[in-house]
Amino acid sequence: MNTIALVGNPNSGKTTLFNALTGSNQRVGNWPGVTVEKKEGKIKFKGQIYTIIDLPGTYSLGSFSEDEIVARDFILKDKPDVVINVVDATNIERNLYLTTQLLEMGVKVVVALNMIDEAKAKKIEIDINTLSQKLGAPVVPTIASKKKGIEELVSKAIELMHKDVDFKAHISYGENIEREIENIKKVLKDVKLDYPTDWVAVKALEKDQYILKELEKTHNSDISSLLKNLEEKEEDYVLEVIDKRYEFINRVTNEAVKLPKDNIETISDKIDKFVTHKFLGLPIFALIMFVVFQLTFAIGQDFLGGYVGTAIEILGSAIETLLGSLNAPDWVISFFIEGIIGGIGTVLEFVPLIVVLYMLMGILEDSGYMARAAYIMDNIMRALGLQGKTFISMIIGFGCNVPGVMSTRTLDNKKDRMIAILINPFMSCGARIPIYLVFISAFFPEHGGLVLFSLYFLGIFIALLMAKIFSKTLFKGESSYFIMELPPYRFPTAENVLRNMWDNVSEFLVRAGTTIFIVVAVLWILAMLPVGVEPYSQNSILGRIGTIIAPIFAPAGYGTWQAAVGLFSGIAAKEAVVAILGMVYAGVEEGTALVTAIQSAFTPLSAVSFMVMTLLYTPCAATLGVIKKETGSIRWTLFSALYSFTIAWLVSVLVYQVGSAIGLG
Amino acid sequence: MLTTSLAKLHSGEICKIQKINAGMNATKRLYEMGLNTGSRVKVVKNDIGPVIVSLYGNKIAVGRGLAEKIIVAD
Repeated sequence: MNTIALVGNPNSGKTTLFNALTGSNQRVGNWPGVTVEKKEGKIKFKGQIYTIIDLPGTYSLGSFSEDEIVARDFILKDKPDVVINVVDATNIERNLYLTTQLLEMGVKVVVALNMIDEAKAKKIEIDINTLSQKLGAPVVPTIASKKKGIEELVSKAIELMHKDVDFKAHISYGENIEREIENIKKVLKDVKLDYPTDWVAVKALEKDQYILKELEKTHNSDISSLLKNLEEKEEDYVLEVIDKRYEFINRVTNEAVKLPKDNIETISDKIDKFVTHKFLGLPIFALIMFVVFQLTFAIGQDFLGGYVGTAIEILGSAIETLLGSLNAPDWVISFFIEGIIGGIGTVLEFVPLIVVLYMLMGILEDSGYMARAAYIMDNIMRALGLQGKTFISMIIGFGCNVPGVMSTRTLDNKKDRMIAILINPFMSCGARIPIYLVFISAFFPEHGGLVLFSLYFLGIFIALLMAKIFSKTLFKGESSYFIMELPPYRFPTAENVLRNMWDNVSEFLVRAGTTIFIVVAVLWILAMLPVGVEPYSQNSILGRIGTIIAPIFAPAGYGTWQAAVGLFSGIAAKEAVVAILGMVYAGVEEGTALVTAIQSAFTPLSAVSFMVMTLLYTPCAATLGVIKKETGSIRWTLFSALYSFTIAWLVSVLVYQVGSAIGLG
Repeated sequence: MLTTSLAKLHSGEICKIQKINAGMNATKRLYEMGLNTGSRVKVVKNDIGPVIVSLYGNKIAVGRGLAEKIIVAD
């Protein structure tokens, strides 16, 4: 009871409204990026607590994309007590399409007419009372970014929640369709369905694949013949239903909305002249990405990273002194200092870097630039059998592959989505940066930027190459279409950017405290056993495992048990690689000792080959987990793990062998 | 009244969508984005890559291949 669902188009300001409604009182059910799963928050109104669920932004409640199914299943199956529908006032006609679908479902709807200030600036006049009356739903004007109208919205929503009204849209579908609806309803009368019958009838006429499948599952002979009838009918009803919805909307807007005669050229239009320009678009995009990564390293690594490192060192020696004064046994001290502080500490040093990266990504997303990036990349992606939107999931993957994979949910097409999921791990995520940095400071301190840039570029190149191969072999199917809204540029709100950053960083911290902690602890134990062995030596269990795997990597130039152990642990979490290398090479976590050890264990060429391997090989456990979840298939998950390992090995061996042959070794 | 495809129009031209000859999914998506038959759009940009159209000032990028299947009249 007492649940309010938030529904709206992408770019309608839904997330901003959610933040304005719930403040700090929210938690993420999952990774956002682009709101990919349900977010939940609580609000208090007149002493009562209400739960607000933020559903994914969608244009429609059909069954094209995962997002749409998540949103509509929540509305129909979890039955929220009231739905707040966020409508972008500057784009009212299109936004009301979703409203119409909500009204068809018979749920209680309050319309939050958002960005009403921008609409006024654009000289769009909206008569709130008429709009509300025509829609048959309360309408509250809001400006989410300035927290205006929020209280009234909540009060209207709660008032409606407790009112006993029959919410039903009066959309006239025309004689033909309505006759069909009645026919279908007759057949469905005695069938138990999870959804309202009226709605199922309309969806069946719309040939909603998901609903048709649900109906098939009933194995009812009447339904089977009904489905067969529908199948044989002309497809025209599908579009006619949509047209009728627009007719309904037109009747509403004709009376309630006055649009300006001429469109004024806005600042957005001016910016777009450059940003989407035939020749300038791509260089501008490249420049923006370059600046993002430069800033990430300049602020996150060089400026802030050191402080965290120092803080961890101080903490480490404090704990050592404390344990020493308590007369703790040596192995306990070793566990805490080398295992925990050494392992987790190495990972924490990179938190500032990830903080900065996510903030910059958030700014790009919130400002509306991401959509332009997709537009610019569409041409290149199309040549590879993909479409521009795929590139957004790839950019998000630079932060972390988990949200990268999840953001493929916005792709409508199964083929696009599978390819986008399978290539995402080649995007070098934040957790891999520490590995590169150690090798760079060991061998290429003067050319760090170039090495990093080359690695990122190689990752993109391999991803695109694999995409091309996949679209020619595994996923032939229909080619995808590109339709994308280019929302007006907006100044990113600090709250949205910070919240988005925190959602991601906290996830990273949780992983550091759980997965990586466990990995580090287990590896520490393996390094200490059997009893009496010299810790971290080749005779320890860890050393023996490494020794068995090592020969595989000999052709790539780093067939040592230490390197093998490092890579092995990286499958649990990429952050663990540096921590483990530190343990096995230097016996301590300290940066300079590790760098020196690496200098003697690798050559510049094998260092490059090792970096290539870590860039491309098997995704981490968290990414594999999300691949399993998104593809719903263990086979594809295994495929992802194995094919990326194979590719990584091949490229790494190629680098080393060619390099040796031309005398770089 | 001359009909042509959206992909053939130049920047600045205004047209009315007559018919969409694309597959059902793409057509449905176009409809849902407000590009249904009868709607008037202005071509904002059409050189390389997707065509950008404006629908009451709101910009939508439509892939070139799809734009070719959108029949419009001026």
